[in-house]
Amino acid sequence: MPGWNVSPAAIAHAAHQAAPGPHRMNPYYGFIAPAILLIILLLLAPLAWLVGLSFDQDGEFSLYWYREITTSSGIRSMLWTTLRIVTITTAISLVLGYLVAFAMAHMGERQRMLLTLCVLIPFWLSVLVRALSWLILLRSNGLINSGLIDAGIISSPLPLVRNEAGVIIGMVHFLVPYAVFPLYAAMRAVDPRLMMAARSVGASTWRSFVDVYLPTTFPAVFGAGMLVFIFGLGFFVTPSILGGGRVVMLSEYVSVSVLQTLRWSLAGALSVVLLLATAALLYLIGKVTNLRKVLGAA
Amino acid sequence: MMELSRRAMVLVSGLAWLVGLFLLLPGLITVPVSLNESRFVRLPREHLSLRHYQALFSDPGWLSSFLDSLSIAAAASILATVLGTLCAVGLWRIGSRLVALFGALVLLPMILPPVVAALAMYRTWVALNLYDRWLGVVIAHTIIALPYVVITVTTSLALLDARLEQAARSLGASPLRTLRDVILPNIKGGVVTGAIFAFIISWDEIVVTLFISTRAVYTLPRRMWDGIRENVDPTVAAVASLLMAATVIGVVFALIYSLRKTRTQT
Repeated sequence: MPGWNVSPAAIAHAAHQAAPGPHRMNPYYGFIAPAILLIILLLLAPLAWLVGLSFDQDGEFSLYWYREITTSSGIRSMLWTTLRIVTITTAISLVLGYLVAFAMAHMGERQRMLLTLCVLIPFWLSVLVRALSWLILLRSNGLINSGLIDAGIISSPLPLVRNEAGVIIGMVHFLVPYAVFPLYAAMRAVDPRLMMAARSVGASTWRSFVDVYLPTTFPAVFGAGMLVFIFGLGFFVTPSILGGGRVVMLSEYVSVSVLQTLRWSLAGALSVVLLLATAALLYLIGKVTNLRKVLGAA
Repeated sequence: MMELSRRAMVLVSGLAWLVGLFLLLPGLITVPVSLNESRFVRLPREHLSLRHYQALFSDPGWLSSFLDSLSIAAAASILATVLGTLCAVGLWRIGSRLVALFGALVLLPMILPPVVAALAMYRTWVALNLYDRWLGVVIAHTIIALPYVVITVTTSLALLDARLEQAARSLGASPLRTLRDVILPNIKGGVVTGAIFAFIISWDEIVVTLFISTRAVYTLPRRMWDGIRENVDPTVAAVASLLMAATVIGVVFALIYSLRKTRTQT
């Protein structure tokens, strides 16, 4: 999802600054009406319907499905798997993203442009093409396994896909660019005099990195991490294809509940959990850092 | 900026290049696979062959999916651009506390986890008889693409002097006339960027489409999804290679364009 550039708050702020006097009836409400109505009628109302379903047990209001989520061992282990995979994915994506962003911020113009291409091309590449590529590479008769077997390094194929490892590889590949852009923007904004000051009072390169540079860029690290985590929680395509039905994460479980076991209320309750988690994390980003700055709005 | 010793910088950029290749290379693998001569998904052994491209272009199924995706993305991006631009301009000129609420509402489709949006729409689309219909997919894609248009247009509006609009209005121009003659010419770039975003979002959209259509409307991503899940055949790799090529060309052009722009500005 490209374009996480401007926060609702930023839009509100921009709009507010340009506010006209309060004394005339504003004709511009007519401008926003079609879009707002479309969203209220065809997204918000259906969403309310879904939330309502989550409290429905044979036509009666009930918290049954929420209890089911906390007590069913199958669902609990699915949620635990999701959290584990997303946490690992976020950590790896942040480390790799920090490395790439740091190099980009400190290398020459020509190298930077080429490295930017390496990040931008996969960023814009269809999620299905990426999942397919990893499937081709990681399958038991895929390119990596057959290459290793032909080279005599292994005798039987390594299990690289249809397991957590495959899902994590695919998700990291998808999410690293989302970490790179905000981190790069933050690093470009670090005042060089800060680092000169640290060096001039005798700090080693490593000390000045750990004590000055890292804390200065920390808000961006936090924001990027939360963003990646939110995306990871809602991931559907990559886990479905690379998990091959064996690693079932939250989104796929929700879809299976509806399309195969026809448990709409359970899907509704899980959707509410996912929504609340997303909202809480977004709130946290807004609290700890300036959302607009973190998301790299230029 | 931070000064590193030469050795440390070589190490850091070396590692960064490894990550860059990890990001870039997997997508490229579809190209040789699509050129392999066998009916299996593997690298070409003896010679290259275009048979999978031939199969792709002579298959009416893939062709109709291509047309479905193209017409849906065109319609959805036009709708999203018109509604999103109007909405962004409206939000820009409405000075009430409600603006924050409306702004958040318009960004909702972007923030919502895809599966949740898909479920909510699925039920509603069935009830409204929009399920598995061209118009249904267009409306869903319009809603999903809307925030991207609003964001890009809002970004260009932030650079526009609000007094221009006030001047036009005080000279008696209607809001629509002001939009056409004063605001739009000044935010053209943002609107075009928003339309391109919307087109790509719709062209690529898969999760919601999976829920609200089956076979009557069968978009390219949907057909690829089935092709990957059921049995991977090299025709999918040929489609993937073409999409990969389009992405590379698009990104390189965008990068050159933005470099030119910064050069002429400085």
